[in-house]
Amino acid sequence: MLYAIKIAARYLSASKAQTALLVVGVAAGVFVFIFMSALIGGLAEFILARTAGDMAHVTIEAEARLPARLAVPPGRVLWADQATRETATLRAAENFLPLIETLPGVKAVSPQIIGSGVLRRGGQAAQVSIVGLEPGRESAILDLARYRVAGSVRLGAGVVVLGKGLVEDLGLALNQSVVLQSSHGVTMRLTLGGIYEIGAGGADRRMAYVSLATARSLMALPQGLSRIEIKLFDLYAADASAARLRGLTGLPAVSWTREGARLLEALRAQKQTGYFLKSFAMITIVIGVASSLMLSTYRRRPEIGIMRAMGASRRFVVGVFVLQGGLIGAMGGLLGAATGYGALLLFPTRENFRSGTLPMDITQGAYGLAITLTVLCAIAAAILPARAAARLDPVTAIGQ
Amino acid sequence: MSLVTVTDLVKTFGTGEAETRVLRGANLTLERGARAALIGPSGSGKSTLLTILGTLMRPTSGGHEMLGVDLTRASDAELTAFRNRHIGFVFQFHNLLPDFTALENVVFPAAIRAGRETAAARARGADLLDRMGLAARIQFPAANLSGGQKQRVAVARALMNAPELVLADEPTGNLDRAAAAQVMALIGQINRDEGTAFLISTHDETIAASCPRRIVVGEGRLTG
Ligand SMILES: Nc1ncnc2c1ncn2[C@@H]1O[C@H](COP(=O)(O)OP(=O)(O)OP(=O)(O)O)[C@@H](O)[C@H]1O
Ligand SMILES: [Mg+2]
Repeated sequence: MLYAIKIAARYLSASKAQTALLVVGVAAGVFVFIFMSALIGGLAEFILARTAGDMAHVTIEAEARLPARLAVPPGRVLWADQATRETATLRAAENFLPLIETLPGVKAVSPQIIGSGVLRRGGQAAQVSIVGLEPGRESAILDLARYRVAGSVRLGAGVVVLGKGLVEDLGLALNQSVVLQSSHGVTMRLTLGGIYEIGAGGADRRMAYVSLATARSLMALPQGLSRIEIKLFDLYAADASAARLRGLTGLPAVSWTREGARLLEALRAQKQTGYFLKSFAMITIVIGVASSLMLSTYRRRPEIGIMRAMGASRRFVVGVFVLQGGLIGAMGGLLGAATGYGALLLFPTRENFRSGTLPMDITQGAYGLAITLTVLCAIAAAILPARAAARLDPVTAIGQ
Repeated sequence: MSLVTVTDLVKTFGTGEAETRVLRGANLTLERGARAALIGPSGSGKSTLLTILGTLMRPTSGGHEMLGVDLTRASDAELTAFRNRHIGFVFQFHNLLPDFTALENVVFPAAIRAGRETAAARARGADLLDRMGLAARIQFPAANLSGGQKQRVAVARALMNAPELVLADEPTGNLDRAAAAQVMALIGQINRDEGTAFLISTHDETIAASCPRRIVVGEGRLTG
């Protein structure tokens, strides 16, 4: 074995250009493998963070949901009617809050009062969805603090937190005041306490975050809640948790997967595409190593004959060529992993993913797996040429 | 006791129309320490006999015994180990591993036997090369040696495991007269000093004449 390693290494170092080319080729395959792993992993991370990560995993909501957007403030009668139903539905929910918070797997609970209204400043007006959050739990579901770009997202009496787009539309500045009129006709003057920027879709223009108490006044809802959002430690446990909640409380708890089935599907498809591409990377490695070693065994036929005549066993010859495959795999694997890691360093870290750039996650490069698989593939690729070499008839190989 | 015995050795290649009967009942006994020239016209079967004696090829029929071992009954793996210990080869072409040094080539049979290159083997290899007049070429890549030097390295390698028999198939076929004479002188010296038996095929009358015994191949049989 030791001696076979020496022979294998010498054969590789004897034809340096050929070996270097082969190692670079293998490294390219490994690079693709690592890049794909980091990209698929990063994309999933990114998408989940942007969607499931920032959304509730389980939502308890009144069945008559208020439309999020309205062209004109609707008549009060209609709204009073719906508000009444809503209040009635979730009045009980408030009492369940302590229970929900202690359920296993629950990471955060956010009781909310939601509605719609119009923000006015000078001549400008903007239609918004009002979300009342409990002070101290502003970032429980959507991580407002993470997206904060100015001021503070801390809510309190007379404070509103708005998205950057909306602030610009209204020509507002931090600590200036703005008038919010709810669909219930309640008008309040609020101070802009903080600005966030999510950067995706209309999220920066659509919402007005206020404290639960402020929302209660605005929506004329002295008691009860309109929504409870729950975040879990494991978002894939949402179905089970929602069912458990429904059983325990009788509240209409809904898992994100009902609406997010498409997202799950997409993530799965993405992962499969990744496997497919990674398999291709490995297949090219196998073909490259096999064909190169095939040529090498052909070129070294007389030498193989000499070795056999000197008493080298077939197993020894197999070992020499399989070890060449292994060495090429190891060198290509290490080189590919190193360049892959180096290339991934150029991308922003997962904490700083931005839409518009590739969300490459350097921590999901699967370097060890890439190197191991490459060595195994290269060894497997070498087996066929190695066995062909070992089967050579020494007499014809020497050619005398 | 004799070193090698072949009895009624038959070797045919191909079947039917294409059948070539090269050896047709060859008999031969080589004594320990013999030095014999194997002569005969081209195509008479000299190389065929040497490869059979070297256990690189099995005869179609007939007996083949060496050192009291019936080699016709040995498995491939047993034959491989047997020739590593007891038989040395010198071929006309493609003798050395070109990517290895002269010393590494010489040590090869011992390394195969031990599983690694031992210091003792390297010392013996260097000594053998020294006796071949190649002390200055020990670390030379085999590919860079001259034809005569390559053949002398090959002789040194054939002697590495101190075999009882060295088979040389036209070892000087590629060399000029002076280089050929040098190789033959070294073979003669080893033969006398260590008692290693040599069987050397050749077309060269002078070389044949330098051997105490000459064996002639003709009509598929051996005489002499
Ligand atoms: N593998 C083979 N298949 C078919 N025929 C073969 C094979 N090997 C040898 N022969 C034939 O056997 C005969 C003897 O060949 P061999 O090489 O033993 O002759 P030789 O005496 O060594 O000749 P030379 O002096 O030219 O080297 C030749 O006719 C050759 O064509
Ligand atoms: Mg011949």
